[in-house]
Amino acid sequence: MSEATLTESPAPDEHNAVVEHAAPATHGPPTSTGLSNNKLAMWLFLGSECLLFGGLISTYMLYRGRHTGTPGPAQLWDIPLTSVSSFVLLMSSLTMVLAVSAAQQRDDRLTIVWLSVTALLGSTFVGAQVYEFTSFYHEGVGFTTSLFSSSFFTLTGFHGIHVTVGIILLMSLVGIISRSEVPGDKAEVVELVGLYWHFVDIVWIVIFTLVYLIPA
Amino acid sequence: MTTVDHTTRSDHDAPIGHGSPDDVHVHKPNSFYIKVAVALAIVTAVEVGLYYLSIGKLFLPALLILMVVKFVTVVSLFMHLRFDNRLFSWLFYSGLFLAVSVYLAALMTFRVFDGS
Repeated sequence: MSEATLTESPAPDEHNAVVEHAAPATHGPPTSTGLSNNKLAMWLFLGSECLLFGGLISTYMLYRGRHTGTPGPAQLWDIPLTSVSSFVLLMSSLTMVLAVSAAQQRDDRLTIVWLSVTALLGSTFVGAQVYEFTSFYHEGVGFTTSLFSSSFFTLTGFHGIHVTVGIILLMSLVGIISRSEVPGDKAEVVELVGLYWHFVDIVWIVIFTLVYLIPA
Repeated sequence: MTTVDHTTRSDHDAPIGHGSPDDVHVHKPNSFYIKVAVALAIVTAVEVGLYYLSIGKLFLPALLILMVVKFVTVVSLFMHLRFDNRLFSWLFYSGLFLAVSVYLAALMTFRVFDGS
């Protein structure tokens, strides 16, 4: 260390100025972790959502055999329909990641296209779920028919609500990108909505296997 | 549209809280994501195929393995967790681990896996 630095320590403001100047612009947001707080909050939220859906799936696993005298999974499930809707939701994850990729390349037009396709695929999934619920109702299985039906409708209904919220987020994003009113980093906003959408997809991956494919 | 793969270095190597570049976006070519989606679609087709086939005791473990493969693939590649900062992985997987362990314990308490 030179004598000059020992005897002439910089004033606090001067020191900060040197540090800020030396830090490259690519070293993350100016937060204590160096990470985006929005992204951190989204991952924390998704971690907590695991507990919500874990509880709902466990409750279904516990009650799926409790339907004495009323139709159960073996009589109700339409595996071809559910497989197609699962495929549709899986493909919506692809279009979502393509939207994120387009947003990171600052291609607004392509971002809007992929977000709209994702919302359309999500709507198709919700439509299939509404059709499924309606057909179950016509077969005499309502929300309060049995413990099995209550736990099934609660689990898949909660998931359907999450998909619907995701569609609203996607369409809102299309609207604000069209009007160039996205607050902050546009790519990050699209990525955050993408994280939520992919989470909805991974929850369905678990539901599809544990609820539909594995017999009670 | 041309895309460039800028993900040769994983941020998992970067220490947490030391200014790791979170805002460096992951740029994988679109063809990469399409290949992943095709693989996921094939795995889903295999799952549905297993439902209609009789493979005995292998049925349950096979379905569970395929489910985990799909789950981890989407989380790692589509949600970019593999390329992102390690702290995000900790946040998500700790919530997942807590959920799985708590509810498995609860289900075992109710003897759900006894087959009775």
